[in-house]
Amino acid sequence: MLAHAIFFYVFSIIAVISAIMVTVSKNTVHSVFFLILDFISISCLFIMIGAEFLGMIMLIVYVGAVAVLFLFVVMMLNVAQQKNQWFNSESTTSSHIPVGLIISTIIFFELIIVVGGWKYKPELSNPNTTQSSNEISNTHSLGQVLYTDYIHIFQISGMILLIAMIGAIVLTYRRREGVKTQSYLKQISRERSEGIEVLEVQSNKGVKIDD
Amino acid sequence: MEYINLVFEEVYKILFLLVPVLVSVAMIVWLDRRVWAFVQKRQGPNVVGPFGLLQSLADALKYIFKEIIIPASSNKIIFILAPIITMTLALIAWAVIPFGEDQVLANINVGILYIFAVSSLGVYGIIMGGWASNSKYPFLGSIRSAAQMVSYEVSIGIIIINVLLCVGSLNLSDIVLAQQNIWFIIPLFPMFVIFFISALAETNRPPFDLPEAEAELVAGYQTEYSGMMYAMFWLGEYANILLMCALGSILFLGGWLSPIDLYPFNLIPGAIWLVLKILLLFILFALVKAVVPRYRYDQLMRLGWKIFLPFSLTYVVLTASYLFYFNLLPTL
Repeated sequence: MLAHAIFFYVFSIIAVISAIMVTVSKNTVHSVFFLILDFISISCLFIMIGAEFLGMIMLIVYVGAVAVLFLFVVMMLNVAQQKNQWFNSESTTSSHIPVGLIISTIIFFELIIVVGGWKYKPELSNPNTTQSSNEISNTHSLGQVLYTDYIHIFQISGMILLIAMIGAIVLTYRRREGVKTQSYLKQISRERSEGIEVLEVQSNKGVKIDD
Repeated sequence: MEYINLVFEEVYKILFLLVPVLVSVAMIVWLDRRVWAFVQKRQGPNVVGPFGLLQSLADALKYIFKEIIIPASSNKIIFILAPIITMTLALIAWAVIPFGEDQVLANINVGILYIFAVSSLGVYGIIMGGWASNSKYPFLGSIRSAAQMVSYEVSIGIIIINVLLCVGSLNLSDIVLAQQNIWFIIPLFPMFVIFFISALAETNRPPFDLPEAEAELVAGYQTEYSGMMYAMFWLGEYANILLMCALGSILFLGGWLSPIDLYPFNLIPGAIWLVLKILLLFILFALVKAVVPRYRYDQLMRLGWKIFLPFSLTYVVLTASYLFYFNLLPTL
């Protein structure tokens, strides 16, 4: 139990510190790296409470895919220029801080409501969702609930993600004129007779090639 | 005192796993070069030690004594962290590989997800190395490599789903034990082929070695690295290749199971069968390197997203329908 507590505190301290460093660090790429560290330590916490499936999925989805895209975007942008605008000019600073404050206050109160409700009114939450048995692994129990009782909600959330994906593609897709594309079928089905012509060249006369 | 004993026991176990892995990484580098040379009718490394077996050791000694150069304009902390992360991730994934029944360091419930997660983290070593070098070629190489690895992870994930449908468990030992009657390579042969090609792309092996295409990008993300740090990238890369071979043999070739369940074959310990299967897959990897020319980048992306992804998704539907129709779906 002691080792459990020690690991819990180590991971949570790392999580909190890296969450602070995400906002504090000057370099945006460093912020993303701290965000990744945060994700990793939170998935370690998930694994410690026995939710190993969630922890691993968190690693695969957030760290393996989402954060890579984050990193891509941040590396591609000219961050140095943006940072100057963002932090140094007096006029913009005042407009950003209130928005951030409002959002963080809302999230803070939401968290208080969720945690408080869970702590003081445990009967409010559906008892079906919280039961767990030690005999089957939590991957199995998740699958049993997800594909039977909550199949419609699960399918709907999948559809929403699909629509979001299609929407993102439609919004960013632009057919540009004058882009040379290669047709693989055309390349493969080329014959020797179409590409090469063997000519008999007379001396002092040359050949006329129509181009 | 009990705690300390426990810790020491674990450390012994880890060393017992890691030292053979590192030695075999050195050996397969030699094997890779020998196979490559054999195809091209050359000798390959044959001078140091018997058959040149100690060549990798000599190379490692050379790397250790070389100077580590850290570029002045690089981001020093991330520059040093990158090879460390690559190597660590390549080694920690070995913790869940079963070498026999109960012969596994950590027999966790979600072993296959663990390997998948660790291999998807592997991309960070490359991105960090390329970005921190603060130079054009490494950056281009790392961007290429990240896009390539993320793309092919998708198809590997769907191939794993195919196998999991037949097994009904995420535990690697269960996956091997489910193949006692028939290895999954027979019913899922198309998936094995796609897994093999995706594994080549995932580990940045030729013909998909665009991140380090020497004709275009010098050495990709490794350009600015030297000495031991370069060697660590290199070790991590080969440990990843070995890991992919191990994963392939566990998912499709029956892991530690012997090919024929008869008297003389039964006596050979499972670890030897697993090693033989890994070696077989690795020789295939090496042959592909020698035989196939490098892909162009758009062809690589097209292959991943437009061919492998739809094909393996269709195969998931097919496998699931087959299992459902004949009532073969695994139960608890």
